[in-house]
Amino acid sequence: MKLEASGLEIGYGPFIVGRDIDLTVSPGDICCLLGPNGCGKTTLFRTMLGLIPSLGGRVMLGGQPLASLSRIEIARRISYVPQAHAPPFPYEALEIVMMGRTVRLGRFAQPGPADRAAAYEEMERLGIADLAGRDYTRLSGGQRQLVLIARALAQRAPLIVMDEPTASLDFGNQALVLGEIGKLAHAASRSGQGVVLSTHNPDHAFALGSEVVLMHDGGIYRRGTPQEVLTSESLSTVYGVPVGVERTPSGRHVCISAPLGDGARLAARGA
Amino acid sequence: MEQGETTGVIRRAPGVRVSLVVALGLIVAALSLGALAIGPFALSPAETLVALFGGGEQQAQVVVQNIRLPRVAAALLVGAALAAAGASYQTLFRNPLVSPDILGVSAGAGLGAVIGIFLSLPVAFIQLFAFAGGLAAVVLVTVVASAVRNTDRILALVLTGVVIGALAGAATSLLKVLADPYDQLPAITFWLLGSLASVTTADILPALPAVLIGLVPLVLLRWRINVLSLGDDEARALGVEAGRVRFIVIAAATLITASVTALAGVVGWVGLVIPHIARMIVGPSFARLLPVSAIIGAGYLLVVDTLARTIGAVEIPLGILTAVIGAPFFIWLLASGRRGWA
Repeated sequence: MKLEASGLEIGYGPFIVGRDIDLTVSPGDICCLLGPNGCGKTTLFRTMLGLIPSLGGRVMLGGQPLASLSRIEIARRISYVPQAHAPPFPYEALEIVMMGRTVRLGRFAQPGPADRAAAYEEMERLGIADLAGRDYTRLSGGQRQLVLIARALAQRAPLIVMDEPTASLDFGNQALVLGEIGKLAHAASRSGQGVVLSTHNPDHAFALGSEVVLMHDGGIYRRGTPQEVLTSESLSTVYGVPVGVERTPSGRHVCISAPLGDGARLAARGA
Repeated sequence: MEQGETTGVIRRAPGVRVSLVVALGLIVAALSLGALAIGPFALSPAETLVALFGGGEQQAQVVVQNIRLPRVAAALLVGAALAAAGASYQTLFRNPLVSPDILGVSAGAGLGAVIGIFLSLPVAFIQLFAFAGGLAAVVLVTVVASAVRNTDRILALVLTGVVIGALAGAATSLLKVLADPYDQLPAITFWLLGSLASVTTADILPALPAVLIGLVPLVLLRWRINVLSLGDDEARALGVEAGRVRFIVIAAATLITASVTALAGVVGWVGLVIPHIARMIVGPSFARLLPVSAIIGAGYLLVVDTLARTIGAVEIPLGILTAVIGAPFFIWLLASGRRGWA
């Protein structure tokens, strides 16, 4: 299953967020979309999932125009992990995961014991089986994010799209969720699934070690391996502050932003 | 978590537990028998049962079968319908503070009935006008809301509902000013507060099938309604045609609410409060929430209506009692600080 955007123009009604976007996700690909907040990552994902119409260009899914597919046809091919949030009602975590099984149910059916077992299995795979009976609204942000990832896995779609899965998490939870995503993405890639995820943190792109697509001003600025794309020069341009890339003695790359003395430039950006 | 607990989580059926429904059903049946026995012509439960099935004194039979039975049946129907519609709207609009009149159905039905009373039409026409007014208000709200180019569909619907409801309220007030103060105005006031005092079997017969028809899509779409409560984007990404499901649920819940509002007048609070109680017992999953809300709603309105006809020398309008009971309950709910409005 291939997801292809070509010459894509994205935005909301008259407001154009980005244009001339070409992006292809093939089976086995892991693609990390990197860019600052507001650069159009979420808008691009919503367009590529068919949640909002494209303003120009086209999106093809499995060789068919996205716009010609029904919601259930799209959901069978792409699963979506939104940013973690709390719904208004206290569903059990397992019920949230079971909602991923909706694509396999008849229009008027509800999940049966097999769906319940399948949902539980995905939670076990992510090491969160102990949360199954818990109230989803009372889980921590990191736990919720893992539940949403389990839900996407339960959807069993050949493509997985994750919108900033680490954005609203604290330091420890970021590491936890990022670790799970790394394992998951490489396992999915080996089994022929495609994974696209976005982040605003270049360190996370380094940590995943997959193809990086760097976005700037609603367009694609660079793409390639982390070492090729995540340079001091490109990151400084995209984030608008001086960024240094350093190698730690253990061999990891870390990004260092503007030194503290350079606060004036940060303030000028309204950061 | 212990092993036993874990397998319990997997095994638990997503549907409603039969034993719970049976237990609640038995409570409501007992309440119904009590309501049939209570009144100026007091009967023992045994006498009531005998009279209900056509035995015993002639007078007892008339009181139970012709006077109290239609009223008990109407209370059960109206309570169940309002609670079911309230549970649907709350889940659909992802908001536990929503009641069945969120889209203006009560305001529209009120206006329809007031027009009927103002024109001194027969009761059947007043009910028909109320039903039509309720449907018309919601149709108007959905049409206006879809014409408004707002990316947040739910917000557009709710705000339009408030606006149309306020307009219908203004028209109702105008008619109250113009109405005959000795004859029409008391009838209007009584209708707007809700009452089952003059209900007959002939009034119930058209409302019952309308409520049942409205319940069918709610039962069929029970799982998709859960998914929709996560919000449009997520529901659509999970394969649910959010707009279509929402339209069907609004149509069904509106049919249910308009039918019983035509029968009983505007009875507030039931559709707001009862789904909360049901959610405390069985959680938010709609397949459980809908039947349990309906049963508790039926029992609740039966108790309220029995109080309405027995505690005072005159009939007390239902809307007054449901508010007097509902408001403190809601404050308790707020004060108890339940997250997620379980």
